This record gives sequence, C-alpha cells and structure tokens, in this order.
Amino acid sequence: MPYAIELRDISKRFGAVQANKDICLQVPAGTIHGIIGENGAGKSTLMSIIYGFYEADTGHIEVDGKRVDIRSSQDAINAGIGMVHQHFMLVENFSVLENVILGAEGGAVLKNGIGAARVELQRLAHEYSLDIDVDAIVEELPVGLQQRVEILKALYRGARILILDEPTGVLTPQEADHLFRILKALKDQGVTVLLITHKLREIMASTDNVSVMRQGEMVAHRETANTSKEDLAELMVGKKVRLTVDKDDAQPSEVLLSAQNLSQFDGQGVKRLKNVSLELRAGEILGIAGVSGNGQSELLNVLSGITPMDEGEIHFAGQVITAKAPKDAAQMRDLKMAHVPEDRHKMGLVTGFEAYEAAVLGYHNSPVYNGKILMNRKAMLDECNERMAAWDVRPPNPHLKTANFSGGNQQKIVIAREVEQNPEVLLIGQPTRGVDIGAIENIHEQIVKLRDSGKAILLVSVELDEIMALSDRIIVMFDGAVVGELDAKDADERTLGLMMANAYNEEQEGEESAEVSA
Amino acid sequence: MSQAKVPTWVNIALIPVLNIMLAFLVSGLVILAIGENPIEAAGYLIYGAFGYDEGIGYTLYYATNLIFTGLAVSVAFKGGLFNIGGEGQAYIGGLGVGLICLSLDHTMPFYVIAPLAVIGAAVFGAAWGYIPAYLQARRGSHIVITTIMFNFIASSLMVYLIVNWLKEDGRMAPNSRTFGENAWLPYLHELLSPLGIDIGDSPLNLAFIWALLCCVFVWGLIWHTRWGYQLRTLGTNPTAARYAGIDTAKVTIWAMLISGGLAGFVGLNEIMGVNHNLLLNFTAGYGFAGIAVALMGRNHPIGIILAAILFGALYQGGAELAFEIPTITPEIVVVIQGLVILFSGALEHMFKDRIEGFFIRRAVA
Repeated sequence: MPYAIELRDISKRFGAVQANKDICLQVPAGTIHGIIGENGAGKSTLMSIIYGFYEADTGHIEVDGKRVDIRSSQDAINAGIGMVHQHFMLVENFSVLENVILGAEGGAVLKNGIGAARVELQRLAHEYSLDIDVDAIVEELPVGLQQRVEILKALYRGARILILDEPTGVLTPQEADHLFRILKALKDQGVTVLLITHKLREIMASTDNVSVMRQGEMVAHRETANTSKEDLAELMVGKKVRLTVDKDDAQPSEVLLSAQNLSQFDGQGVKRLKNVSLELRAGEILGIAGVSGNGQSELLNVLSGITPMDEGEIHFAGQVITAKAPKDAAQMRDLKMAHVPEDRHKMGLVTGFEAYEAAVLGYHNSPVYNGKILMNRKAMLDECNERMAAWDVRPPNPHLKTANFSGGNQQKIVIAREVEQNPEVLLIGQPTRGVDIGAIENIHEQIVKLRDSGKAILLVSVELDEIMALSDRIIVMFDGAVVGELDAKDADERTLGLMMANAYNEEQEGEESAEVSA
Repeated sequence: MSQAKVPTWVNIALIPVLNIMLAFLVSGLVILAIGENPIEAAGYLIYGAFGYDEGIGYTLYYATNLIFTGLAVSVAFKGGLFNIGGEGQAYIGGLGVGLICLSLDHTMPFYVIAPLAVIGAAVFGAAWGYIPAYLQARRGSHIVITTIMFNFIASSLMVYLIVNWLKEDGRMAPNSRTFGENAWLPYLHELLSPLGIDIGDSPLNLAFIWALLCCVFVWGLIWHTRWGYQLRTLGTNPTAARYAGIDTAKVTIWAMLISGGLAGFVGLNEIMGVNHNLLLNFTAGYGFAGIAVALMGRNHPIGIILAAILFGALYQGGAELAFEIPTITPEIVVVIQGLVILFSGALEHMFKDRIEGFFIRRAVA
C-alpha cells in the first residue's frame, strides 16, 4: 500500500542556513504521525514546503504514491492536504459557515454556496463527530471550537492529510484531550494526521509514529509504542536533558511586592482583572498558572505600569501605587522592577532594531547609554557584546536585526536586558515560549539563580510543566480572578488543569462541562 | 533560521531606479501619443535641469523646498505618523518668516533678522503641526484627516490675513510690500561671485545650505539621540514603546512639532529667499510633493536629498521642455511628474517582491 504522503530527499536552504537537508519521511495512510524537534530544527519550513508556501530546492513529494508538484497552497489543497495553523486563520466576525467557505465560495452569489456548504458541513460534522453551531460567530466561540472550525475548513476542502502545527498551545489540558479524541476519530475515518509539536507528552499520548528533527535533518523515526519521552528528548537535542529543574527549597523572606484588590477594565468596559490580591516575597518564585487570556497579561501589564489599574493598590519599594497615584513603566523600572513580557515580538523587542539597540529598550534613558546630547553607541555595543558572550546569544553579532535571531536567542536578549539591571522584582511572562530545549534549561537556571540571590520572581506561563518545575508557590487565574493558590509541592497536572477550568470544586460537573466546551 | 537576505543595494538603488525608468518609459509613450519625439523631449528635460549653470541653480532651488518638506514627512513617518499637512505647515511657516521680515526690516540688520526668521518659520510651522498632533495624542483624532483639513484652514487663513491685514495699501495684488534688502537671504551666486565662482543667475539662495544642515540635524536626531530612539521605537512598535515606558503622546507631539517646523522652512526659501514679500500660494504643492520625496528617499536624509533633486530636475527640466516644444504643455509636464510619483511612490511594490524573490533565489542557488 502506498504511503499517504512521502517526502523524498527534500532540501531547502535560506542563504547560509540549511533549513532542511535530505528529508525523507513516510507516513502510512490513516495514522497519526508526530514530528518533533526544537525551534529552528526545520519543522515549520518542512510543513511550509508541504503546504506550498516554499518550494524545495531539491527532492519531491508523493501523495498516495503519485508524485505531486506543490507550488502554492492551492496545489496542496488540490492534492488533499489541509493545514491548521498555530495562529488561526479565521475572520473573527464571520460565522463558522462563512469562514469555512472562505476561498471556496462557489460562485459570485453567496446563497447557493452557503446552502451547499451547510449540507456538507452537517455531513462532515456527523462523520467525524465535530459538532459545532455553523451560524455562531467565530469570535464568540472558545478557542477549542475555533480550532475545530479550522479543521472543518480543511476537511471541507477535501483534505485527506491534515497538518496541525503546535495545535495545543492555546488549549486547556481538557480541550487538548478533546482535540486528540477528534484526531483519533479522523484517523478512524482514514484521514492521515501530521502533528507538529514540541510537547513530548502529546506525542506519547496520541501518535502512532514519530519522527524527530534536529538542525534541519530527520534524525530518527520511531514507533511511538516503542519509544519513551526520555529517548525522544535525547534525540531532539542530541544529549541527555533534564526535564526538571534542579533547585533547593525556597527561602522566602520579606514581602517585596504586594497587590490588593487590583482591578482593571478594558476599553469596552469589560472587567479583565478582578480583585486580584497577591504577595511576592524575596527569594521565591510565584507561578501564575492559567489558560492564556484569563487575566495574566493584564496582571503583568498593571504590575509593570504599562496599563494603569482602575481599582486597588500596589505596595512596592516603599511606594503605594493606586489608580489616583499611578506609576508608568519607566517609573516602575526606576524602582527596580524588571519585566520580561509574554510576547517578545509585540512588546519586548523592536524587531526592526539592531540587537544592541533592542538591548537597551526601556533603559535607553540610563546615563550609561547616553552622552550629553547623543547616545553613546560604543557603550551600548560594548555592553551588548559582553552580554551576548555571557548569555551565549548566537550569532554574537550586535548589529544583526533582532528579527533575524531565533526565538531562543531573542528571548535571551530580552532576559539578559532585564536581569542584568539587577532588579528587586522580576515579572516574567512565558519565559520559554518558542524557545528550544537547550535554551529552556539555561533560562530556567538563570531564573532560579536570581531567586537564590534573594530576588522575587513572578512567573506567568501557560506551560504547566514549567510552572510546576520552577514555582515555589502557584496561583491559578481564571476569568481575571485568582481561583486558587497552592504550594508547588502539592500541585499536580490534574489539579491545576481543573483549577484552570474553574472546575476544581465541582469536579464532577467540571469534567462534563469541560467536555462540552472543549 | 534566518530569512535569506536581499542585497542592500537592490532595495536602495535598483528598485527606485527601475521605478523611475518605468515612469519615464510611460511618459515617453505619452509624448509619442501627442506626436513628439520622446528622445528629443528627454534631451530637453535633462539639459534644462542639468545642462547649464542656471538650470542647475533652478533645479537645486526647487530641491530646497522639497528637502524641507521631505524631511518633515520623514520625521513624522519615523514615529508612525503620516503628516499630510506639510503644505499648510509650510504656508504658515512662511507667515512667520513674513511677519519677522515685515516688522524688522526697517530697524534690524540681516544677521539679526535671519536667525529670527528661522525661528519664526520653525515656530509657526510647528504650531500648525501641534494642533493635529495634540488632537491625535490626547483626543484620538486621526492625524491624516486633521492635517489634510489644516491645509485648507491654512489656505483660508492666509487669504484672510493677506487681503485684510498684510496687503500693501493702495494696491490690488494680494501680497505684502516688498521687504527691505536687509531682510533678503543672499543668493548663492552673489555669495560665490566674489570668490571667482560663477554659478549662473538663479534663485538658489542660502536656504539651500540651511536645508543641507537640516539633513544632518535630522540624521543625528533620529539615529543618534535618545529622542530619536524613542521616536523609532514608537514608529515601529507602539506596544514596545509603552512597555519601555516611553511617553507616546509626548513623542507624538514633538515629532509633529519638528515635522511642522521643518516644513515651515519652505517659507525661508520662498518668502525670504526669492519673493521677498508675503504672497498667496507660494507653497505650490511642495508639501504634497514632499510625501513622494520622503517615500522615494526611504525616509533617509541622503535619499531625500537625491529624491528632492530628481523632483527639482523634473520641475526645472519640465519648464524648459514646455518652453522648447510648445505642443508639450505644462500640463503634460505635470503628467510626467505624476507618473514618477505614481511609479516610485504608489506602485513601489510592483516590482519589489519579484526582484527580491529573484535575489533570494539567486542567493539560495
């Protein structure tokens, strides 16, 4: 039986970078095939080649044993390949139905197309148990259902091979479990699934086979049943890695920062932060767990002074900060609060800047970087060179545009900038999002080191593994409010997952509602 | 994994040159269509702009205005602001120059009037930029809309002021009295002739040197000062600017003040350098052409100088062309200018992707 999709000696080079080298991959029809690898290992490039965003320099692709020429995503769709992107490609104020037929409207008059699509969608929904209200507006749907719309979109276009790129990044553990049940149903119907992820747990839980990429090459193919997390992790990085963080028990001392009843409203008057109170002590890491979008970003922004609070007060460095007496981000920095933002592209860096310029963002007024009138370029460059060496930023070129560094190296630039200012309190959001395993270890060590030197750290992460490995104390946020607090020693994935879905206290009902909403 | 790089010269030289070539090609077709020889026309145009000293002088005189307005647009643009109001700011800047000259030319020597006129141009131009800036920064009105509207307000205001207050008594012409010669910016040909250098008799004056100094100023300001750092941060990533604690409203307002001030310097060249009185409509579209100049010059002072000279050459060479070939009317010359703006500005991306793609593929191979 021919393979559903087979890659033969695919190579792709960007300038000096060999993104993919002689990639061979065989995916039997009707299986779930995982592809794992660090960031920058070439997974995304490979998927972009399969989906027609890039053309391979050499090699070719076969679908069902027949060679296909994929030059555009339309070619890929025609070959029966569908893709669910990490960031959904949906028009948020369109209905599910309108989104699904987008680009396949079937003529100038919408009515006929919509009618046909409605029937087809019902069939698909029935066949793959992908129930959804086709008239719902996409932005009103929970993230898990939006993802389902993406899957339906691909199936509607006749996809028999479905590529999912980091599909669980935005989901609760329960939603993720539901996704995997859907993938299983798709598989039972003969659909072939390619799952791109860096989460070993998901690979182990859901795939039939797994291929490992490292530095642009396919380094191993395994049957999932005959491998282990440790085995795969080692293949990914080429050396043994620890999945836990080595740290001693915390020695928390005085309270460095305390917040009482913080609330914040967004532009539409919706309360995004609801009466959040917390205390942060010197020498501890306080982890904030929660599904992304439940007020963590607002909390970071209010604490760091980026957005003013509407109610409540913050006590920090001998100051009382309230809505009437606010402090902006620059003032908070002066009080020795550092902030590594959740989204380094949107907030932490200016990607058009050269590295040495981005490395002073927020501290650009410091006398260290300034002469009387002009900025002291030499001081900035010297310091950037030093830090790049100390933090092992690659390539160590302060003149390279920040956009051209890999995610991990960009993050190192940001963290180095904030940590080297010797702050009293460090707010750090998603420290290892899009960062490869080698760099994760390094970043985690730095965070623990900062804690051990008596600083206070507030860690926001959607990665439960990370929260559990790093935190000394964990707070769970849901819908803008704190819904639970526990000692890190008492935390396990299931408890936290239920708290994150605000279903811990009514566990029974909680699980049911999680299934309905997932 | 980094993206493949396109060589820098492709972006800053090849693509603009290709766009201009295409504009000239289409212009050639237009000239062919009205029954004239495009090669001959091009010859007149180039000769008129660069062929003799006086022509060069005129070209640079036009370029002076365009450098000011081009810089004005680029400073605002670096902060993510699209200042369409250069025309109005230049107009009001000219008012500032005119008022200084009219009130001081009987009592003060040149070296007192000149710096005050520079300040007057800057302050009046900046003030006209301030109102839209304030409205955007504190009230959320979109700067594109307000600056466009302020062009009209400036125009009406100037008519009112000149006709009712500043017009020379007993005259019909809507302009002020001529300033005393101590309030004239010296022509460069006058300055250079004692040194034995003859550059032909043209309106090119000291404002050109001031324009070049402004280029240096803008370059230093944007790329080498803290304020420029904040401006560029705001322009490329406003979220990062807020994260960095940059007072975005303040930077926005200052960007427009500087932008308006630069545009106001058009008044130095026109009012104090050439016309020597305050008159209507001396801005003649330079404020708008400055947008094209900034776009084509990639918002960099060097690029702006080159683009301003190109447009200056089109003005000057175009006038020569219309004079030499009567069937090519001034309107056709405007068409040619329009085509250059169209291809180098509006259609900038027509070739960009394909050419970049070509170089990326070549780099890959």
